[in-house]
Amino acid sequence: MKTRFLTLKPSKARIEVVEAGPLKSKGGNDLLYLHGAGGHMPADPLIAALATKYRVVAPLLPGYGQSTGEDGLRDMLDITLHTLDVLEALKLKKPIVVGHSMGGMIAAEMAAIAHTEIARLCLLAPAGLWLDDHPIADIFAKLPYELPGLLFHDAEAGQKLLASGGNMEDPEFLKQFLVMNARRLGMAGKILFPIPDRGLAQRLHRITAKTLIVWGREDVLIPPVYGDAFKKAISKSRLVRIAKAGHAVGQEKPAAVLKAIRDHF
Amino acid sequence: MKFTWFHLMPWPHMPDDFRQKHRSVWVDLPSRMYDPELGHIAYHQYLDQLEYAESVGFDGIGVNEHHANAYGLMPSPNIMAATLTRRTSKAALVVLGNSIALYNPPIRVAEEFAMLDVLSGGRLIAGFPVGTSMDTNYAYGTIPALTREKYAEAHDLIRKAWAADEPFAFNGRYTKLRYVNCWPKPIQKPAPPIFIPGGGSVETYDFCIDNTYSYSYLSYSGYLRAKLLMEGYWKRVEERKVDQSPYRAGFAQVICVADTDAEAEKLYGPHVNYFYNRCLHVYPGFADAPGYRTVKTIQTGALSQFTAAAARDYPNMTWKDLLDGRYVVAGSPETVRQQMEELIKTLRVGNVFCLLHLGNMPNDKVRHSTRLFAEKVMPHLRNMWPEWNNHDDRFWMHPMHEPVPLRAAAE
Repeated sequence: MKTRFLTLKPSKARIEVVEAGPLKSKGGNDLLYLHGAGGHMPADPLIAALATKYRVVAPLLPGYGQSTGEDGLRDMLDITLHTLDVLEALKLKKPIVVGHSMGGMIAAEMAAIAHTEIARLCLLAPAGLWLDDHPIADIFAKLPYELPGLLFHDAEAGQKLLASGGNMEDPEFLKQFLVMNARRLGMAGKILFPIPDRGLAQRLHRITAKTLIVWGREDVLIPPVYGDAFKKAISKSRLVRIAKAGHAVGQEKPAAVLKAIRDHF
Repeated sequence: MKFTWFHLMPWPHMPDDFRQKHRSVWVDLPSRMYDPELGHIAYHQYLDQLEYAESVGFDGIGVNEHHANAYGLMPSPNIMAATLTRRTSKAALVVLGNSIALYNPPIRVAEEFAMLDVLSGGRLIAGFPVGTSMDTNYAYGTIPALTREKYAEAHDLIRKAWAADEPFAFNGRYTKLRYVNCWPKPIQKPAPPIFIPGGGSVETYDFCIDNTYSYSYLSYSGYLRAKLLMEGYWKRVEERKVDQSPYRAGFAQVICVADTDAEAEKLYGPHVNYFYNRCLHVYPGFADAPGYRTVKTIQTGALSQFTAAAARDYPNMTWKDLLDGRYVVAGSPETVRQQMEELIKTLRVGNVFCLLHLGNMPNDKVRHSTRLFAEKVMPHLRNMWPEWNNHDDRFWMHPMHEPVPLRAAAE
């Protein structure tokens, strides 16, 4: 995996882009990956798995990692257009657009708004809908120790994936963690707080892309019933459920998700 | 010095095992715990106490706004202040305040504060808090990272509405009004004095200095721990080259007065315990929504009052711990006087918000402590800022000279 930077005109947002995988000349097709509210995981297992077959390009949203420009993005339309601008600036060739959770919500919005530009779409446990009978847990009121159980079927293994090796007792590390958390979830809150619904339901029908929806059968953050709701609303879509996987389905079962993408596209 | 008798109006009937049974006093505490008929008694007792505070000589009486909680039962402090306009005549009505980002449209605050100022004959002191994260973000759904921008816009609208004598259009990002036309208008011109409750956000220092607002630090951890934060404020005042009037700042302090130090522990110990262990029992996940505080503020190390409270070991703190650490100023009138003098000098404050009702303290004890403070402590603290003639017109109310005498219907 390597990192490069992209400066958008005219917003001047500086975007960190993680790239991995074979070059187009070596047979790798382009794949755009949009992360969830937690950002990339350390040595992200999903990016690593996808990179065995695709040229993965994974930009970080402003507020995440070293990407800047979050003050200029306030709502769903701002963030959707920003991400379309990033896609254009990356000059990818007919990429598969993959988004996880919050990234899936953004990817679905992009495909609904710019449906002539996005032909292949993969949504991994996307946010964006709300069913009164199946409320989504409030990630903004969770404490760090609660996250592994919320994101992973195997919380213990998930804990190891999430751990960044820091010590919360160390005031300097705590301050850095709080700043990082405030930037990331502060940004995510613009489209996910207090309820992760910004009207996507009334736009999903505009999506014309060939669409794959993937859900972990054990997802306790956004329950699998949401997969059925997305499938029903997007005409050319298929839903694949993955066993023994929680909300971070791609990080928990990278090989199974890669296979589902390969089979579908 | 200006002393304001401040009421939080907590729910006084939380059970002894409250901490064990409930994770938070705020946001998700089931409202079945609230009994409206007991609430009726509590409200009237609390309002009586505020009226009593005026009668014994406090300069101001104070109320504030909170939501979805048992810590403070005033979703609308303006309703409480309205009742006080009818049964008081001298004290400033310190509404500290209205969380202006939560009103839709925020012109409502300009209108209601104007109503209160008119009703009270110009006795309103208006507070504009951002609101705690529990109130603003979790209970009222404001997006954390946009809260401060929304607040700033609401402030702009309210000040313009009070200043204007003709209708105008306001094209904000969060509020769009074709006709802003504030009826009624406040008696105090151009606006009632404005106090800003702050908790260490560096941006708030400048906001107060720029607008000649009084910075009010509402803390429950006492004046020793407040010193660093207030020094930061005064340093900023100095850097900005404005005068150092002590009335630019205020501080809230938990106070208990008895005839002797030993008597204070006996009378008030259980209620202080109720306050720190039940009223401040906030789930850390609700204390500080990510994005609510600016990165700059986090970097200066100022955490939420409630994050800090959650981290503190209140259940294991003894009466002595709370007194030694000056979380609570308690004891005989002489003990309290000495410590209040130290508080006022070290923090350099012209306003003190006295928290003399705590948790589940019964009415007779509240009045006892209040009367002792008013009669035996307050008179000795009146001349703390002689170089300012003990008053600063910019930061206190300007009542009408001859308000209409109030009559009860039966008279």
